[in-house]
Parts: sequence; C-alpha cells; structure tokens
Amino acid sequence: MRLLDILSYTGSTLGRYRTRTGLILLAMAIGVASIIILTSLGEAARKYVVGQFSSLGTNLLIVIPGRSETTGGAPSMIVGETPRDLTLDDAKALTRSAYVQRIAPVMIGSASISWKQLDREAPVLGSTAALLDIRHWNMDSGRFLPRGEIDRATPVCILGGKLYRELFGSETALGKWIRIGDRRFRVIGIMASEGRSIGVDVQDLVIIPVASAQSLFNSPSLFRILVEARNRDVIPRAKEHILDTIQERHQGERDITVITQDAILSTFDRILRALTLTVGGIAAISLFVAGILIMNIMLVSVSQRTAEIGLLKALGAPGNQIIVLFLSEAIALSLAGACFGVAVGMAGNLIIGHFYPDLPLGAPWWAVASAVGIAVTTGTAFGALPARRAAKLDPVLALSHK
Amino acid sequence: MIQLKGIHRTFQVGDQEVHALNEINLNVSPGEYLSIMGPSGSGKSTLLNLLGLLDRPTSGTYLLNNQDVTVLSDFEQAKTRRNKIGFVFQFFQLLPRLTAQENVELPMMLDGIAPNERSQRATEVLDAMGLSDRRHHRPDQLSGGQRQRVAIARATIMEPAILLADEPTGNLDSKSGLDVIKILEQLNNKGLTLIIVTHDPEIGVRAKRHIHMIDGKIVESRTDTIAETKDSLPS
Ligand SMILES: Nc1ncnc2c1ncn2[C@@H]1O[C@H](COP(=O)(O)OP(=O)(O)OP(=O)(O)O)[C@@H](O)[C@H]1O
Ligand SMILES: [Mg+2]
Repeated sequence: MRLLDILSYTGSTLGRYRTRTGLILLAMAIGVASIIILTSLGEAARKYVVGQFSSLGTNLLIVIPGRSETTGGAPSMIVGETPRDLTLDDAKALTRSAYVQRIAPVMIGSASISWKQLDREAPVLGSTAALLDIRHWNMDSGRFLPRGEIDRATPVCILGGKLYRELFGSETALGKWIRIGDRRFRVIGIMASEGRSIGVDVQDLVIIPVASAQSLFNSPSLFRILVEARNRDVIPRAKEHILDTIQERHQGERDITVITQDAILSTFDRILRALTLTVGGIAAISLFVAGILIMNIMLVSVSQRTAEIGLLKALGAPGNQIIVLFLSEAIALSLAGACFGVAVGMAGNLIIGHFYPDLPLGAPWWAVASAVGIAVTTGTAFGALPARRAAKLDPVLALSHK
Repeated sequence: MIQLKGIHRTFQVGDQEVHALNEINLNVSPGEYLSIMGPSGSGKSTLLNLLGLLDRPTSGTYLLNNQDVTVLSDFEQAKTRRNKIGFVFQFFQLLPRLTAQENVELPMMLDGIAPNERSQRATEVLDAMGLSDRRHHRPDQLSGGQRQRVAIARATIMEPAILLADEPTGNLDSKSGLDVIKILEQLNNKGLTLIIVTHDPEIGVRAKRHIHMIDGKIVESRTDTIAETKDSLPS
C-alpha cells in the first residue's frame, strides 16, 4: 500500500469519527501544552533568578577570611575570630594584578546613627568608591564614596533610602552632619531603592569609607574583599592569584576562602533546571493518560469497525497492513494533538507574558521537541495493542459482525 | 483448479463440537459455474469461506492450482485472496464513508497500484456495470441493486480467477436480483469461475452445476440441463 493512500485512508476514518478524534486531540493537546507552559515558567524563573544574581555584580570573586567558610553568612560583629585577619594592605596587594579590574574591601558593623533627637541602630558598611561599580548600585541623589587613597578616613557617609526617610523624613539630608557611634559624618549621598545585597538590605545601610569604619570599630580586619575580575575567562586565574598573593602575605598559610559568583550561580542554575525538569516530567504524565485514552478509544474503534477489518482482509490485506493502518491512525492523532498542543502552549505563554511582562517567558526548544516526541511515542505505543487486535481478528467472524 | 480432499471443519461451541463440514470432496475446473444450495446451517457459507481462504479446514487438503493453500502464511494467503479470488456478500460490505469509485479502488489501493491507473480501471468497470453516473455517490445514496453492482465491480477489479458469492441476491428484490445474477453470468461467460451460494432455487438452477449440501456433506453434485434440474429439485 502506498504511503499517500495510507494517509488518505487514515484521514477518511478520522474525519468520520469526529467526536473521538476531537477528544483524543484535546487530551494530547492539553498534555503537550502543559509541558510547554510549565517548562517555560520554570525556565523563566531560572533566567529571572540568574539575572538577579548577575545584578549583584559580574565576574565577581568574594574573598573571605578563614578556610572553611563557603557561603556568605549574616554580617557578623565577631570579625576577630578568624585565623588571620584580612587587612586593607591585603586588599591593596590584590589590585596589583592583570586579572583584577577593581576591588572593594568591605567591613560590616553596627552602630547607633543619630540625627537631632532621632536615634537608630543600623548596619554600617565600610568600603570604597569601587563598591558602587562592582555591585551595580545606583545613587538616588548626591554621590558615592570619594575616590582616592583607600586608607583615607574621610568623615562622609551615604544613607540607604529607608534609613534616610526614617531619620530625615522629607527633609534634605545632603550636607548634614550625622553622628555614627561617637563620630560625626557628613551625608554626601542617598542610595536608590533598587540596590540589593545578600544578607543586608541596602535600604537600611549607612555606608562610610572603609578606613573610617576601621577606626570606628577599632579593628583592622575586613569582613571580606570583593574582587571584580577583568573578564569571565580569567576568573579561575584571578582566584589562583588571590590565593597565592594572600598566602604570601600570611606567612605561607592559605587561610582565606575565595568564592566565585559563577559557583553560586551555577548551583542555582542546576537547582532551578532540575525543578523545571521535574514539573515538565509531571506534566508529561498527562501524556501517558492521553496515551491510555488513545488505546481505549481505538479499542472501541476496532470493535466498531470489525466488519471493515473483515472486509479489508477479504480484499487481500495481510495482518501487518491492518496494523499499519491502525497505527498510522494513532500516530496521526497524537501528532496532530501535539501540534495543536504546541500552539496552545505558545498562546498560553503569550497570555502569561502579557500579565507578567518581567518574566522572560519562551518555550525552550528541548521542551517542545520532547513534548512532541513523548506524545507521538505514547500514541504509537498505546495504539499498538488495538492495532494488533485488529490484525488478529478472524475475517469470517468479522464479516458476519453486525 | 480447485481440489478439495477430505475436508473437515469443526467448531467448538462450549463443550460441543459442531461438524460444519464433514468429508467434503470437490473438484472445480476453470470457468465453471456452480451453485451451492441446501438448508440453513448445512455448511454452505463455511465451505465458501474455506474456498476463499478466509478460513482454514480442521483437516483435509485444499489444492488451488495444484498448490496446497492451507499451509500458506497469512501474508501469502492475503496475496492469493487479493489477486485470485473475489468476494460478493449478501450485505454488500461497502465502506459507507467511501464513494462507489473509492470502494471499487480499495483492492487496488491495498495492492499499491498507482492512483491514475486505479481511477481509470475503476471507471471502466463501473461503466460496464451501468454505474457511470453513480461513481461519486456514497453507498447510502445507492439502491440495493446498485450497491451489489458496486460490490461486484470491486470483487472483479483485480481480475481474479474465482468469484465467490454468498447469497448475492439475498438482500435484493427479485428483479434487481436477477440483474445482478445476469452480470455475474456475463463474467462467467468471459471465463471467470463462478460459485454462488443461494437459497433461491430459481437462481440455483441457472448454474451449470449444482451442489446440494445437508449437514456439512455434499449429497448431490450434478451437471444438468436447466429443465431437468427444475423437475428434480424439491420446491
Ligand atoms: N464461528 C462459528 N462458531 C461455531 N459454529 C459455527 C460457526 N460458523 C458456523 N458455525 C456452525 O456451522 C454450521 C454451518 O454454518 P454455515 O454458516 O456454513 O451454514 P449455512 O449453510 O451458510 O447456513 P445459512 O443458509 O443459514 O447461511 C452451522 O451449524 C453453524 O452454527
Ligand atoms: Mg450462510
């Protein structure tokens, strides 16, 4: 039998039994569409989170005192516990490398901030001008820490947006002198609200020069050093360089940990991709349900069309031709259902994208391909049993079937 | 051409064995015109199905053109049915969703014949059946006699050597029944071996050779003139 004839014969049967054709198409389409929409959502979530992480800073390396610490914990006051302190001189040493674009030493502490009668306990972050560039933060007004020698303790500060409103209300703060701990600092800038940092909300922070922070907290040790590598490719070499440099300065002891942002990112990437695959897999189960529906409906169809099968046999169709005819029906149904489902899924993405424009929605090609693949495979697999049953029918009984 | 030797066909119904065919011996030469008659349940249809390779005997041999066809594979039997044997059924067995022409083309389609040749041959045969203007009608738009003529066109489109008809007039009034029989006889005149199962003695006696079956056995097999047969048959 010719392929084209098989197709037109299949088409004529599908056209004749419209309800069951429609039902199967619907079941397949729902399965395929849900795979596409769910994986799109998962991928969108992954891209969103990765995007958020990237906004922390690109090509970022974080140098932490102590060996075993692997993640950034909450800002700690107990900085002196680490084996050997990271100092400003350590930080300066790191700048002398071809791999390093810029560095920002970070100190974290807490102090009472006061303006007139108002008094707040707030986290104090000591750093340098480079922090703004490394973290991609934005200023609301005024300017950030002054550039220049990093060990100059200028009495200036930048307020987080929320802290500023709590202290000053709607008054202007720029140029005013506030008290941090027992010292006076002049407010030179206000942070914009979108600045983010792991652990600390920039909104609540007050930022001062790192040297000022050292004398304020009366400690030379840094909380960490942020290093921005020149580009993505040199990150591993930059890491090696940092470890070597500090080791040299610390009497041969490797007592620091360097976290690359890539490592954090790829962890999140993996977790979210696994989640996406999981929800996609759950959606794929619905395709097996659709497959079972195909099997049932085709079994009914075989008994409805018993006389037709008997006739085909009498006219000289061998068993395997009957199998081909019924299988092509199952394949055509699942393929058409899958295409329908892809269209519905894409439309669903458009609709969701309309309501959540921030989500980078888009069906991943591998999800579309595997959804269609699974649909056709299950359709064929579940169509095999009815097809075999049709082929095995006794033609005499089949022809006398009413 | 057809040689049946010691054919038995039994059916198991519950714990009871039904002997539908009991020691059938029959030879048919090419171009013969046979009618098979007998009471209901005597095994006529069973015999015809067996001749058409739709059924296999429980025991005995069936030689078709000197070849034992009972041992053929499913595929080879199907091929034999497709090319050597045509069937005409009491209930026409036309596919309702296909037009007359498409129904006629069905065996050629199964055989993989190209669409052009198919439609040309189907048109010719339908013309010969007097159905030129009914080509694109569906079965439910045709009369019983027209349906049976479409079925005959379909049965003969592959130019088989044997045509098996199980009560081809059973569902028709006597006039269109007679038309159908005349068409079959014309085909027989051109050399087609024709075997008709019928209840109707009027039709049965038209054959050149009559076989009478009772209880799965051939009790009478005669080649008679029409006049003599009419006298001898119980009415
Ligand atoms: N598939 C089957 N299973 C069981 N018994 C069967 C089967 N087919 C036929 N028989 C039995 O075999 C016998 C012969 O049946 P068959 O159909 O050949 O009779 P027939 O001569 O064609 O009768 P009718 O004139 O009514 O069509 C009957 O007793 C019938 O019940
Ligand atoms: Mg019968």
